[in-house]
Formats: sequence, structure tokens, C-alpha cells
Amino acid sequence: MSIWEYANPKKFMQTSAWALPWVSGLSVMLLVVGLVWGFFFTPDDYKQGATVKIIYLHVPSAMMAISAWFMMLAGSLIWLIRRHHVSALSAKAAAPVGLTFTVIGLVTGAIWGQPMWGTWWAWDPRLTSFLILGLFYLGYIALWAAVEDADTAADLTSVLCIVGSVFAFLSRYAVLFWNQGLHQGASVSVVQGSDQVSNVYGAPLLVCVTGFVLLFVTLVLLRTRTEIRARRIKALIARERAAA
Amino acid sequence: MRALLIRDIRLAMRAGGGFGLGLAFFLMVAVLVPLGVGPESALLSRIAPGILWVGALLACLLSLDRMFALDFEDGSLDLMAVSPLPLEGVAAMKALAHWLVTGLPLVVISPVLGLLLSLSPAGYVWLVASLALGSPALSLIGAFGAALTVGLKRGGLILSLIVLPMYVPTLVFGAEAVRRGAAGTDALVPLLFLAAISLGCAAILPFACGAAIRANLK
Repeated sequence: MSIWEYANPKKFMQTSAWALPWVSGLSVMLLVVGLVWGFFFTPDDYKQGATVKIIYLHVPSAMMAISAWFMMLAGSLIWLIRRHHVSALSAKAAAPVGLTFTVIGLVTGAIWGQPMWGTWWAWDPRLTSFLILGLFYLGYIALWAAVEDADTAADLTSVLCIVGSVFAFLSRYAVLFWNQGLHQGASVSVVQGSDQVSNVYGAPLLVCVTGFVLLFVTLVLLRTRTEIRARRIKALIARERAAA
Repeated sequence: MRALLIRDIRLAMRAGGGFGLGLAFFLMVAVLVPLGVGPESALLSRIAPGILWVGALLACLLSLDRMFALDFEDGSLDLMAVSPLPLEGVAAMKALAHWLVTGLPLVVISPVLGLLLSLSPAGYVWLVASLALGSPALSLIGAFGAALTVGLKRGGLILSLIVLPMYVPTLVFGAEAVRRGAAGTDALVPLLFLAAISLGCAAILPFACGAAIRANLK
């Protein structure tokens, strides 16, 4: 039993068909619990009032926007090294999801920033690097859409993803150099274990983050299945045409 | 390698190669910006470093799509792929030729444009130095973008969508070096970062270019 068994599209389709209802159900459940808990059963912050509650959308989507890129990077590397189609297709499937999370992160941030910082947008390092991440997503998606041959597209986007990762990382630190920011530091620190967010808000936040992770897994599985089916249809049409 | 370099430079310099287009564009940017924001020299000298760098970046971008496209269409690229010279070398030479024809003239003309934008006197050295150190990275990153999009029908737009985000670190450090230089503060740090980016690009990107061209020729 190795993880590479799931590189077989048939095996992947079987397993994902079984897993999908569970993952999506759990994700919906966690999101409902986390968001309801967060929105209605936590006190208002003494300074920020009710606006603090946008954290339940903002932080998880921002985390997933970055994680999605790492997932694409892993998928691209596996495609380039082992040539498993499922991995390339999952990277393709993750990109629009990641872009959506990036946009959610930016929009919720703007909605929160307007009353808190008094501005919708500031050229803060975190905001700027997030915007740049969104641009990288756009370029990646555009390249997938533009290249006709599927394997060439997978090759090219994989190379782009790897090189893009280096540059996205560089940009992250370049903008840090360029401007000191308004945005607070990391809200959830994994390494130190101690949260910068008070426990009242921290527990529902954790539920929401887990819900978002599962939501991401659900969407990527779903989209990968769609891609595999689309690929099969294309193959069938090609076969029929060859026979005729 | 040298033959390829000389061939590319000749092709770019002679009629139809579009030599000077980038320069003209750079000049246009430097003329249009004061027309857009008004002629006050205090304001102009404040934004001059950024405008000059953005202008240089866009001027570089203009000529990128021709880097591999012409050779791809007439089949020369296939011949280069089967020649003893590895594709990585081809990509490096193409980027070098692009830099010599586009980047270097930008570096040379930049002080004149700095004058137009009333850059403060202390900034000129840093402007030339930062462009000289940073523009090789622009050509190399551009070569990578061009290699990715060489097989596409309408590659130009996607090329800029891919390349421009990757220009961000170069732009940030380049403009910052000029800004600091013009303000009289220590500009060496961003300049060193800029040099590091160019060297890193020169070390890594030809391989990525080679991989991309190989995927496109398959």
C-alpha cells in the first residue's frame, strides 16, 4: 500500500468518490458550527466591536490561499518527477480555488480595514504580497487555459509554478524591505503554540480553519474528478473519430 | 554559442528587428508622465526613480515575445534543439542578446531621461548602477516567460501576465536603490540585493527556459 496507488486515475476516482461525501459533509458541519459560534456566541471586542468577527473568514481563507499554492507546487513537482496525470490535474484544479481564497482574503481584509484602519487598501507588505500572489495565480491559470496540448500545458505550468514559487517568496520579502506595514503579525502561531488571538475567539477560529481546509480538499477533489472525466471524454471522442 | 549570439544581435539590430523600439518607448514614458502629473519639479524628482524603473521594465517587456517566437515559427529553434549546444545555452545566449540590444541601451540613455524627470543629482550614479545590475534579471525572467509562451497563438498578453509579477522583486530593489541614492542615504543594500537577483536568475533560469522550450517543441 503506497500513496502512489492513487496516481492511478481509476483508483483515485474510486477512493475520492467514497471520500467526497464525508469530507464535504464534515466541512459543511465544521463551517456552520465555527461560523455560527464565531458570529453569534463570542463577545464583541472592546476596541473593534463586532468587526473582529470577520476573522473567521479572513484568516482561514488567507491561510488556505497560501497553502493552495504549496499544494500546487507539490503537485507540479510530482508531475515533473513521476509523470502522474492525477497530480498535474489536481494542481490545475487547485489554482482557481486558491485564487478565490486569495480574493476572499483581500476583500474581507478591505471590509475590515475600512472601519479599523480607515482605509480600504494600504500598500502594506502583507496586503501587497497577497495581491502579488493573486497575480501569480492569474498567470498560472491563464497559462493552463492557453496551451492546447494537455501534457505540454502540464509541463509548462509545472515549471511556471516552481519558478513562480521562488519569485513569489522573493516578492514577499522584497515588499517587506520596501514598506513597513499596518497589518498585525501572524494571528495564529504554530511554532510557539501561544495564540495572539484571545481564547474566546481562538476556539471557533480553529474550527473554521479546519472547516476551510476540508472545504479546500472537497473542492480540489471535486474539480480533479471533473478534470479526469473531461480528459476521458476527450479520449473517447478522439477514439471514435479515429475509428470512423 | 558566440555564433548564435552574433546572429541574434544582428537580427535584432537590422531592419525589422525592432531595435530602438524599446528605447523609444522608454522615452515616451518619460515624456508622458510629466504631461500627466504636471510639471512641478519637486513632485517629478520624487517619483522619478519609480517611473524610470517601471518604464525600463515595460520597455523590456515590449520586445520579449519576439525572443523565441520567430525562431519557433521558421523552425530554427528545432535545429538549435538538435544542435550540440544545449537548449539551456541557447536560452542564456538569447537572454544575453536581448539584454545587449534592449537592456544596455536603456542603461545608457537613462541619465538623459533622469534629467527630463528632474532626478536629483545624487541619484544618477545609482540609477545607472541599478539599471546595469538589474536589467540582466529583466531579460532573463523575460526569456523564461517567452520560453513558456512560445507555442501560443496570442502569447503576448499571457507573457506579460506571467512575467510582470516576477519582475516585482527586481523593481522593488531597483527603484529603492535609486530612491535612496537620490535622497543621499545608503543605497548599497538594495543594490546588492539587485545584483543577487540578477546572479540568481542567471544561474537558475536558463535551465527553466530549457525545460520550457523542450516541452513546447515536443
